[in-house]
Amino acid sequence: MIHFVLLISRQGKVRLTKWYSPYSQKERTKVIRELSGLILTRGPKLCNFVEWRGLKVVYRRYASLYFCMCIDQDDNELEVLEIIHLFVEILDRYFGSVCELDLIFNFHKAYYILDELLLAGELQETSKKTVGRLIAGQDALVETAKEEANSISNMIAQATK
Amino acid sequence: MGSQGGFGQSKEFLDLVKSIGEARSKSEEDRIILREIETLKRRIVEPDIPKRKMKEYIIRLVYVEMLGHDASFGYIHAVKMTHDDNLLLKRTGYLAVTLFLNEDHDLIILIVNTIQKDLKSDNYLVVCAALNAVCRLINEETIPAVLPQVVELLGHQKEAVRKKAIMALHRFYQKSPSSVSHLISNFRKKLCDNDPGVMGATLCPLFDLITIDVKSFKDLVVSFVSILKQVTERRLPKSYDYHQMPAPFIQIKLLKILALLGNGDKHASGQMYTVIGDLMRKCDASTNIGNAVLYECICCVSSIYPNTKLLEAAAEIISKFLKSDNHNLKYMGIDALGRLIKINPDVAEQHQLAVIDCLEDPDDTLKRKTFELLHKMTKSSNVEVIVNRMIDYMISVNDFHYKTEIASRCVELAEQYAPSNHWFILTMNKVFEHAGDLVDIKVAHNLMRLIAEGFGEDDDAADSQLRSSAVESYLRIVTEPKLPSAFLQVICWVLGEYGTADGNYSASYITGKICDVAEAYSSDETVKAYAITALMKIYAFEIAAGRKLDILTEFQSLIEELAASHSTDLQQRAYELQAVVCLDAHAVECIMPSDASCEDIEIDITLPFLNSYVQQSLQNGAQPYIPEDARTGALSVSSFSNQEHRETSSHGLKFEAYEMPKPPVPSRPPPVSISTDLVPVPEPSYSRETHVSPPVLSASSSGSSELKLRLDGVQKKWGRPTYSSSPTSSSGVSPSPANGASKVEPAAPSTSRPRETYKDSKKAEVDPEKQKLAASLFGGASKSEKRASSTSHKASKGSSHSTGTSSVSKSSVPSTSEVKSPPQPLPDLLDLGEPTVSTIVPSADPFMQLEGLLDHDESGSTGSNAALDSTAKVPDIVSLYSELQVSGHDSSSTISPLSSNGSNNKNLKRTVSGGSPQGMKGPNLKEALEKDALVRQMGVNPTTQNPNLFKDLFG
Repeated sequence: MIHFVLLISRQGKVRLTKWYSPYSQKERTKVIRELSGLILTRGPKLCNFVEWRGLKVVYRRYASLYFCMCIDQDDNELEVLEIIHLFVEILDRYFGSVCELDLIFNFHKAYYILDELLLAGELQETSKKTVGRLIAGQDALVETAKEEANSISNMIAQATK
Repeated sequence: MGSQGGFGQSKEFLDLVKSIGEARSKSEEDRIILREIETLKRRIVEPDIPKRKMKEYIIRLVYVEMLGHDASFGYIHAVKMTHDDNLLLKRTGYLAVTLFLNEDHDLIILIVNTIQKDLKSDNYLVVCAALNAVCRLINEETIPAVLPQVVELLGHQKEAVRKKAIMALHRFYQKSPSSVSHLISNFRKKLCDNDPGVMGATLCPLFDLITIDVKSFKDLVVSFVSILKQVTERRLPKSYDYHQMPAPFIQIKLLKILALLGNGDKHASGQMYTVIGDLMRKCDASTNIGNAVLYECICCVSSIYPNTKLLEAAAEIISKFLKSDNHNLKYMGIDALGRLIKINPDVAEQHQLAVIDCLEDPDDTLKRKTFELLHKMTKSSNVEVIVNRMIDYMISVNDFHYKTEIASRCVELAEQYAPSNHWFILTMNKVFEHAGDLVDIKVAHNLMRLIAEGFGEDDDAADSQLRSSAVESYLRIVTEPKLPSAFLQVICWVLGEYGTADGNYSASYITGKICDVAEAYSSDETVKAYAITALMKIYAFEIAAGRKLDILTEFQSLIEELAASHSTDLQQRAYELQAVVCLDAHAVECIMPSDASCEDIEIDITLPFLNSYVQQSLQNGAQPYIPEDARTGALSVSSFSNQEHRETSSHGLKFEAYEMPKPPVPSRPPPVSISTDLVPVPEPSYSRETHVSPPVLSASSSGSSELKLRLDGVQKKWGRPTYSSSPTSSSGVSPSPANGASKVEPAAPSTSRPRETYKDSKKAEVDPEKQKLAASLFGGASKSEKRASSTSHKASKGSSHSTGTSSVSKSSVPSTSEVKSPPQPLPDLLDLGEPTVSTIVPSADPFMQLEGLLDHDESGSTGSNAALDSTAKVPDIVSLYSELQVSGHDSSSTISPLSSNGSNNKNLKRTVSGGSPQGMKGPNLKEALEKDALVRQMGVNPTTQNPNLFKDLFG
C-alpha cells in the first residue's frame, strides 16, 4: 500500500502532498522535513529507494522535482518507481509536456489526476488512456458549466441593458 | 491548458503562489502563508460570497494545508461546498474534504448524507467523486450508511464507477473485515468483469483476502493463471501497455497473488510453472518495468513449491541484477537473493564478490539491504564476521530506527549462533555499549542469566572463568563515560554477584567502582537500585567469608543519600543494606548465599510455619480467616455463583461497608509455566497499555509480557520473572559447541562451472581483503583458493592474471551501459497519440534546461512506439472474458454456502478433499524445506578445512 505521495522541489519546497494513511498535520510537517533531508541529499547514481522508519520511500527526480512515494516493506520498489513514472506520463499528456510550473499553479488538477490513478493507497487504474478520458470528461463538464454560467450572465447583462 | 492563468483564479492567488515560489527561506514562506491565513479567515466568513470566489478560497485553503499549515477554520466551508448542486463546486468540495479530513474527524458525519445522495446521482462523475470521498472518509461507524449503495454500484454501467466501488469495498474490508465479509463473492464475480481496469482493481482486495485465508481461494488458481497467461499474450487492450509491456502492473499483482496461493502447495504450484516460466523467458529485461516484473517472478518462484528449472532461471536473473551498474537493480538483486537462499543456500556463493561490493558501497540503502541478506545467511561458521561487520556499521549510523533494528539483529544472531560464550559476552558488551538504550531490556536479562547459569554443562571451571572474564571486561568498560542504562544494570549486577568471586579484585576496589557508577548516573534510579543491591551482595559475601569490612567513605555518603531518597525503592534497599551490614556471618549467609542467583527459591504460599500461631489465636477466641473470594459482597463473577452457600459461613461479620473492588487474583490458577493457554486471559482488561501487539510478538517475548501481566502469581514474583524467556534462548545458545567447529563436515561438494569462470575472471582485480571477507562470509572462495594451493599469495597470483582479466572487465562495460540508459525516458519525448490537450507551453520550460541530467536515447524507440500505437488492433475482449466467465461462475458459487445446489456440493467436496490436506501440509512443508536448507548450510561449508577462514576468525 502507498502511504503517501510527496512532490518536493530540489530546494525542499512542497509541491504536492497526498496522504493515504492518517498523519496529523504535525507529523506531516515532520515527515516532509525528515524525508527532504534524506532524499534531496542523495547522489545521482544511488538507489532510488530509501528505508525510512520501517517503511520504504521510492523517489524519482524529474528535472528539479522529486516525486516520492512511501510504501510498505514488502512492496515491489521497481513497480512503484514505474507508478511514479506513469503518473508523470499522465500529467505530461494532460498538461502537454508538463513542467514544474504547471504543477505549482494547477496543483488541484494534479490532485484530480492522482485520484484517478491511485485510490485509498492502491493502484486503481493502469491505463493512461482511461485516466485521460475520465479527466477529460470531468473537464468537459466544467467547460459546459462555465459556458452556461457565461450565457446566463450574458442574458442578464443583455436584459439589464 | 497554459501554465498560468486561464483557469479562473484571481490575480491575488497567483501572486500568492508566485511569492511562495520566490520565497528564499522556510521562515519567509511561513510568514507569507500566515498572512494568507489571516486574509482567508477574514474573507471566508463574509456574507454572500459568490460561489466561484468561494471555490477559489477553498483551493487556497488546500494550498495552505498542503504547505503544512493549519486550515481547520475553513473545513466547514469545504464541507458545505460538497452540498452544492453544481458539479464543479461539488468536485472541489470533495477534493478539499478528502485532503483536509481524516476518517475520525467530527465533520465526517455532516458529509455522510451528501455522499449517500451523490452515490445515487445519475451523473457518473458525481458518483465517482463521491466514491473517492468514500474511500478516504468513511470510517467503521459510517460504513453501514453507504454500504448498500456501494454494493449496488458494483453493477453500474460505467466501468470507472464499478472500479471505484470495488476499491471502496476494499477499503471497508481494511477498516472492518466483518462489515463486508458477506460480500466476498462480489470480489470473485468482479474478477470476470468485462473491463480490464475493474478486473485489475479487483486484484487488490483479492490479494488482501488471500493473504489472510489462502485455503478458500485455491479454486481461483486456474483463473489467475489463465488471466496471467492472457495478459502476457497481449490479449488486453493496447491502452494497458506500458513501455511495450502488456499490462505490467496487473501482471505484478497477479504474480503476488500466485505467490500466496502456491506457497507450500505442490498441486497449485504445478499449475503455475508454465506461465511463470514463459514470463521469465519472454520478459524484456532492458526496461525498468520489465525488471519489476522479473523481480516479482523471482519472489513468486521462491514462494511457491520449488521447481528446479524456475529456480535456475531466477538465479540467472539475479546474477544479471547483481552485475548491473544500476544501483536499483543491485538492490533488487540483493533482495531477491535473500529470498532465494531460503530455498537454495548455494546460490549465494556465486555472487559473493558482488555482495561484498554492495556491502562496501557508499550507498546506505544498498548497504542496509546487504546486511539484511547477510542476516538471512548467517550460520555458526560466519556469525562472527557478520556480527562484527554489523556492529561496526551500527556504530556508524545515527538513524535511531535503523540502529534499533540492526542492534536487535546483532543480538538475535549472537544468541542464536554464538560460537563461544566468551565471544557472546564480548559481542553483547559492544552492542550494549553503543546501542544499549535501543535494545530490549530482556536482552540484558538474558545476558545476566547466561553469565549466572553458565552454559548448561556442569563445567564449573569454565563457568567461573567466563565470569572472571566478564568481570574483567566490565571493570574496564565501566570507566567509560555515558554508558546506556541497560548496560550499567548488567555491569552492576555482574560485579555484585561475581566481582569478588575469583579473588582477583578486592571488595573495596569493586565497591569503589560501583559507588562511582551510582554517583555518575545519579539521575537513573534503576541503575542506582542495581548498584546498591550489588553493594549489598559484596558486603554480604565479605561478611559471610569472615573478612573484615572496610567501608569506604563514598559508600557511606551514598547510603546516606539514598536512605533519604524520594524513591521508596531506593530507600528500602539502602535501609536493608544498613541492616545487613550489622548482622553476623551466619545470618548474612542465609540472606545472601553466594552464587545463588540461579537457585530456585521455594515459597510455600500456605505459610505452614505460622500454623501454630494461628492455632493459638483461634484457641484464644479469634475469628477464623475467611478467604477473600469467599466473603460476601465481593463483586467478582466467580463469587456471585457461589454466594449462597458462603452466606452461612460469613454472616457473622458485616463487610458490606468496607468492600472494595477486588482484583481478579485468586480466581486464577497459579501460573505454573508460560503455557500458551493462558494467553487470552489477561487481554481484555489490560490490552491497551501492556500488551501492544500480541500476534506480532515472538513466542518468547509474548511469554515474558504474559508474565509481566501476571505478577499476581506469587511463585513467579519471587522466582526469576525477568528470565522468563530462558527456555528459548538457552536452547539457542547452548548447543553451539556441538555444531561449531568440532562437527565433522562433509567434503566440499564440487561447485558449478559458471561460478568458477566468473570468479576466475574477477579474482585478479579483487583485492585480497575483500576475498578474505568473502571466504569468511561464504566459505566458498576459499575452496578455489585451496585448489590453487596458496593461502595468502592471492596478490601475486592476481598480478599474473591481471592483463587478461582487465580486458575482460573492460569489454563488459559498454554492454552494461547500454542496458542502463533506456530506463530513464523523458516525459517530453513521449508520444502524444491523443491530442486531448492542444496548447503547449511554447518556451520557458524548466524541464528543458535540466534535460541533460537524465540520459535519454529514446528518440528511436518512441518512433516505433508511436507506430505500434497507431496500428492498435481491436482487442479480443470477448474471447478473453468468456473463458473467464465460466471459471468465475463456478468459483463464485463455492463461496456462498447458502445456495445449496449440485455444483456447490461438488465444489465443496473438492475443496475438502484437495484443499485442506494441502493447507495442513503447507507450513510443515515449508518448515521441512527450511530445515533442509539449514542442514545444507551447516554441511556445505568446510569450516575446518579452510585456513583462510580461520585467520579471519581468530586473527
